[in-house]
This record gives sequence, structure tokens and C-alpha cells, in this order.
Amino acid sequence: MPRAVHQLDGHDVGRRLNAALSGVVLRATEEWVEVEAGRIVDALRWLRDDPEMDAAQLSCLTAVDQHDRFEVVYFLQSLDNNHQIEVKAVLEDHDTPSLPSCYSVYTGALLQELETYDLMGIRFEGHPDLKRLFLWEGFPGHPLRKDFLKLEGRFPGLPSFPYEEQGVQAR
Amino acid sequence: MTLLTHEPYSEPYVLNIGPQHPSTHGVFRIRVVMDGERIDDIEMIVGYLHRSMEKLAEERTYTQNIPFTDRADYLAGMSNNLGYCLAAEQLSGVEVPDRAQYLRVIFAELQRIASHAMANGQLVSDAGALQTPLLYMWREREKVLDLFEMTCGARLTTNYMRIGGVAFDPPPEFYPAVEQLLADLPDRIDEYHTLLIENEIFLARTKGVAPISAEDAINGSLTGPMLRASGVPWDLRKADAYGIYDRFKFEVPVGRVGDVWDRFMVRMEEVKQSASIIRQALDGLPAGAHKTDVPLALRPEPGEAYARVEGPRGELGFYLVSDGGPAPARFHIRAPSLINLSLLKQMAVGSSLPDAIVALGSIDIVVGEIDR
Repeated sequence: MPRAVHQLDGHDVGRRLNAALSGVVLRATEEWVEVEAGRIVDALRWLRDDPEMDAAQLSCLTAVDQHDRFEVVYFLQSLDNNHQIEVKAVLEDHDTPSLPSCYSVYTGALLQELETYDLMGIRFEGHPDLKRLFLWEGFPGHPLRKDFLKLEGRFPGLPSFPYEEQGVQAR
Repeated sequence: MTLLTHEPYSEPYVLNIGPQHPSTHGVFRIRVVMDGERIDDIEMIVGYLHRSMEKLAEERTYTQNIPFTDRADYLAGMSNNLGYCLAAEQLSGVEVPDRAQYLRVIFAELQRIASHAMANGQLVSDAGALQTPLLYMWREREKVLDLFEMTCGARLTTNYMRIGGVAFDPPPEFYPAVEQLLADLPDRIDEYHTLLIENEIFLARTKGVAPISAEDAINGSLTGPMLRASGVPWDLRKADAYGIYDRFKFEVPVGRVGDVWDRFMVRMEEVKQSASIIRQALDGLPAGAHKTDVPLALRPEPGEAYARVEGPRGELGFYLVSDGGPAPARFHIRAPSLINLSLLKQMAVGSSLPDAIVALGSIDIVVGEIDR
């Protein structure tokens, strides 16, 4: 998998992060570093304040539904050193996922956390005003979840290309 | 004689702006709590244009998703196409021929000119100069949209870029038209300068209004002209140099105090820089294929990709997750219009309503991209 331009090696970030906050890193790959969901705020604060990591900006926050768990993905950006760090937090509880809000570290998380809460149903504890962003209060379910409305067979995704089962090869 | 029989009395009241309002640039609603002339609190209500693109994209192939992207930010369709195609190429390891790279740069920069013309025109319109400057700036935008139309048949929802290149080679009449546009542009920009830069009313409405410090802008995830106006020379075309942007010479204009005026001027300067990039790209445009053959039945290996481009409004990111199937398992757009609104409350609270309207205009929101 080609890594994005100037993306830091997750192993390297993980090693440093673990040295500063012991046991916070659960897994690291070439691309990203996975930290303990409950300590995400400490990890992000350390990454922001460490002069070498210098993750001054939360560039993108989103989440992925992996059917049995959620991954919350943070893309951090250093503007001075021009590198990118990808941090993940995995939430095993698929029914009522929650993790601490990082609004106290990055004010830019304000609307991105609301969007993730609205569409994925992940609660960000400590967010100043956690409410639905695009959909209205009382909307049933969270659409970006793979089991949205329990529409089995319809979701998730596209199982195959059209007519692929009949042996028609898409170009 | 005393006229006041009791203490001056005031109580906060709620003012509703939108969802249909000329200054909200789409279906965007704000509830403003006001105490007299002063704004005490604001609440944004978005979602009127929510089309659930990210969910729909999970049911469509990688190629079928390209038209969604230009419908997200309909004022910068080309930039959106480009960002998505970069992400899909990163995910599936597709190489892009040289000519396509140059054409992508030309069209992305033309799009920036069109989008900034719209942004600045709307901003001036919000500041009270109703319609006249806006329509002046739309002259250039119309010319750019004509170029899009002759190349790909559409003016807004372009659907022009493809995974592995671009859909069409520009027709022969494209080249004289773009030369004419580039020749006219400096005069036109000078015209706006004389119209606006010495205009006392416009200066009063924008100078020192809604300033954002560099620290706040960085921490608040602002990107694009909003961030650069605060004095941070951050441009992904330089920082990431995605595609072939390292082959072009251009400058990154920055502001000083990060007020509405600086945002206006940064956009104005960026139009000049874009014109210079287009000039260089046209001069260096190589012959050859404009796309590689990529199978429509694309099944990238399981994995993820995050590609971003410097869109007219800021960092436009596309996060794709593949589970090996024909459709992306996750498709997320990092929408600069939405994220740049994070600091709207900070800008608006304590100021007056006309200033807040100008501040909102200077963010240059596109509701289609906020709501997706």
C-alpha cells in the first residue's frame, strides 16, 4: 500500500508515543498507529505538543464501520515539519460506541465530531454540544453504519459487479 | 423633566436567518441570539441539502462514484474530481500519463479562478454592493465554464477526471479560448482593484472584521484561503506537490491579520497565481495519451487511501477504504466548507449582524459540500 506523501511511519510514531505515555499504543503499522480509545486525548495532546511530532492541526477526523467494531481515524498535520500522522482508535462496542472528545486539544474537531456522531452514532464524551448535525433529532439510526435499519441483504455495499454472477465480464 | 421612568431594559431575542436567504449562499440556516445590536450566540442548522453521498457511494463502483464528487462542491467540480481520482489511483496503484497530469492541472486551476470569482463576488455582494461587482466577476467565471462546456459538455457537474487520466482531450477551439482568457485576465483583475480596493465602503465593511489569529486558524483546522489570510503560508500544492505541481513556479499569497479583507485579497492574488500556472502548463503540455486503460471493474486490494488536494476552499480530502470488493467500503469527503465553519461562532459572537454576514461570506461556503 503506497503511503501518502510525507506520512510518518506508524511504527516510529508508536515507539515515541509509547515511550512518553506507556502502554497507550496498541498496534502500529507502516501507515498508522492505533492507540487506546480511552486515552486518545492524552495521545493527541502529546503529539500536538511534542516539538518533533508537532501535530498542530487535526486535518481530518472520521470513522469506519468494520461490521463488528468502529475505527475512529485522525489525520494530524504538522505545518512546520510538513508531515502527516494517522492515528486510529478502535471501539469494540458496536452497539453503543463512545470515546472522549478531542475538542479540548483541537477546536477543529467541533463539527467533524458532530458529523461522525450523526452518521455513525459514535458518542464523543465531553463534546461541548453533541447533537445531530445533518439529520434531525429522532431520526431512526445512523446511516453510515453497515447495519443501518437492519436492512440485511440490501446493505452493506455492492457484493459484485452487475451481471458478474451470470458470467458477464465487466470491461 | 426626565423621560426615562425606569432603567433601560433589554432582553436577548432570537433571529432566524435562512434557510433561504441571499447571504447564506444556499440552504443554510443560522439562529442568532442577539442582545440589541450585539450577537450573543449563534447556532448553525445544516443538513437541508444532505444527500447521503457517503452511504450511496458504498453501493457504487469506483468509477460510478466520480459524478458524486462534483455534486458535493458544485462550484469546484474539477477539484473534487481530481481529489477523488487521486485517492482511487493511490488505492489501486494506477499511473497517470503525463498529458493527463497537465490537463488536470489546467482544469483544476481554471476551476480555482471560477470559484474564487464566485467567492469574491458573493463577498462583495454580502458587503452591500449588491449584484454589480458580482456580475462583473462572473464574466471570467462564464468564460471558464464555457471552456469546461466545450471540453466535457458540462459547466458545473463536470465529471471530467477519470481514474487514470481525464475523460476527453480538449477540442481545438479550447486553446485559443483559454489564451484569450489568460490575455484578458490581468486587465479584469485591475478593474476589480480600481472598483473595490479604494472603495471606502468596502474597506470599512471588511478591514478588521472577524480576524482570526494564526494559532486559532491552525488549531481550528482552517485550511485554504482562510488559513493563508491569517499569515500561514500553507498550500498543499507546495506541501504535498501532488500530481506534477512541483514542476510549476508560483507563489503562495498570505495575509497579515486574517480579517475579511485579507481573505478577499488572498483569493484575488491566487487568481493571478492560477493564471500563471495555467500559462506554464499550456506551454509544457506534452502530446500523448490523455488516459490509461483502467478496467471499469476495479477491485483494489484491501486497504485505505487518503488523498487531498488544495481545493479553492481549502484541503479537500478523500478517504477511501477498500475491503477488496467492487465498491468502496468507506468513502469520506473531508469537506473544507464544513470544517472552516468551526470558527464561525468565534468570529460572530460579540460582533454585529452585518459583520457576521460578511464573515460568513468570507468563509466561502458551498452548502452542497457542507451537507453532502
